Amino acid sequence: MRVTFTVNGREQVADDVWEGESLLYVLRERLGLPGSKNACEQGECGSCTVRLDGVPVCACLVAAGQAEGREVITVEGLADYARRRDSGVSDSGASDSGRSGSGERGAEHPGDGAGELSVIQQAFIDAGAVQCGFCTPGLLVAADEMLERNPSPSDADIREALSGNLCRCTGYEKILDAVRLAAARQEEAV
Amino acid sequence: MDFLRPASWEEALAAKAAHPTAVPIAGGTDVMVEINFDHRRPEYLLDLNRIGELSEWAVGEETVELGASVPYTRIMEDLRAELPGLALASHTVASPQIRNRGGVGGNLGTASPAGDAHPALLAAGAEVEVESVRGSRRIPIDDFYTGVKRNALAADELIKTVHIRKADGPQQFSKVGTRNAMVIALCAFGLALHPGTRTVRTGIGSAAPTPVRARVAEEFLNAALDEGGFWESGKVITPSVARQFAMLVSAACNPIDDVRGTAAYRRHAVDIMARRQLGWTWEQYRRGGHPLEGAA
Repeated sequence: MRVTFTVNGREQVADDVWEGESLLYVLRERLGLPGSKNACEQGECGSCTVRLDGVPVCACLVAAGQAEGREVITVEGLADYARRRDSGVSDSGASDSGRSGSGERGAEHPGDGAGELSVIQQAFIDAGAVQCGFCTPGLLVAADEMLERNPSPSDADIREALSGNLCRCTGYEKILDAVRLAAARQEEAV
Repeated sequence: MDFLRPASWEEALAAKAAHPTAVPIAGGTDVMVEINFDHRRPEYLLDLNRIGELSEWAVGEETVELGASVPYTRIMEDLRAELPGLALASHTVASPQIRNRGGVGGNLGTASPAGDAHPALLAAGAEVEVESVRGSRRIPIDDFYTGVKRNALAADELIKTVHIRKADGPQQFSKVGTRNAMVIALCAFGLALHPGTRTVRTGIGSAAPTPVRARVAEEFLNAALDEGGFWESGKVITPSVARQFAMLVSAACNPIDDVRGTAAYRRHAVDIMARRQLGWTWEQYRRGGHPLEGAA
């Protein structure tokens, strides 16, 4: 079957999709977006976390056909999504305008955006929260969504928001540091 | 495999009637795992995501009409006052990502004894509204679970709404597992005090072939509270009564040994949960009887 949906602000068409296929498989194998990781395939690990119509979900538990007509944000589009949000452009309009024009960016983010990182991504690097990196994309998407809802999270809020994402390297402490750092930097920027 | 995408409830019922083997999919928590692991190859997947009314709820005079696909996130955030037991249970479901997609309809459809919603539904009192092209009916929650992962649905029926009695007193839910998130219940227990009718109701999860109520324990406690005038006086429940109640709850279990734990451990843990929850809920009743806000 054919599935048409919006990924990171661009309309995408996937053909010859098997009816039992997951959204994760379509993203990775058909659309060339391998940022969302495939680990447990049962919703346990969170490494495939994407946003479906704004809501964090495990892409491995979404049937491809359920994504028809909907909007998906993956880690590949996270920086662009965060930039639009920070510059006050409605994220729900992302699909209409396609990739952002230069006029939509905040002054602190000059350039064309390629290779630029979002606040949460930079914080993960600066705090040493990335080791093997496999869990990182899912954690970034989940953490970014939490900071969008809750700009000043308590440690309990962070733990709760990231409770669906497993990391086997870091022991989580540096991930918590990274989220705290991102929250602090966002507050400074306001 | 065919992927059916009805745009309305009527279309969904027609599709289920035409293809009774179609497997409904909403949050995907159970169905997608079975497909990903090649444990199941349904002929038809019936996507319910486009049917908006399944994600809606309404708070009535005596009940909450909860759409089958209302995500657990909404229950724990928006229905804590009306459905405190179910809100607590919802908070223990898997992870935020899964709570954002999964709903009570999935727990009921799968009918696993380990489904987190079941003890809370049994304790609160509920009816499951199911429908087919032949018509609609309401199945009392006590009659809904018919065997291990079996329920009272006919092949052409879909779960539409769960009518849950609004809390008229304190409710509790707890579950035993190895960590706070991403845990399939080793065992679970829910308790609801119903001061209006001077009764208590219970629900046991993961400790019998189906979710069950501990009816003998309920009857014992109802009689003991009545005879001792506890509802009127609000005095502390005699420790021997609480112990006997917990023992009878444990006796209602019919657990197995499996990879998650032994039958003996499950019986023991349910006993402890029952005694503690009776203490917590009764203390709250004594302090004013207001329904408990979820705190997990």
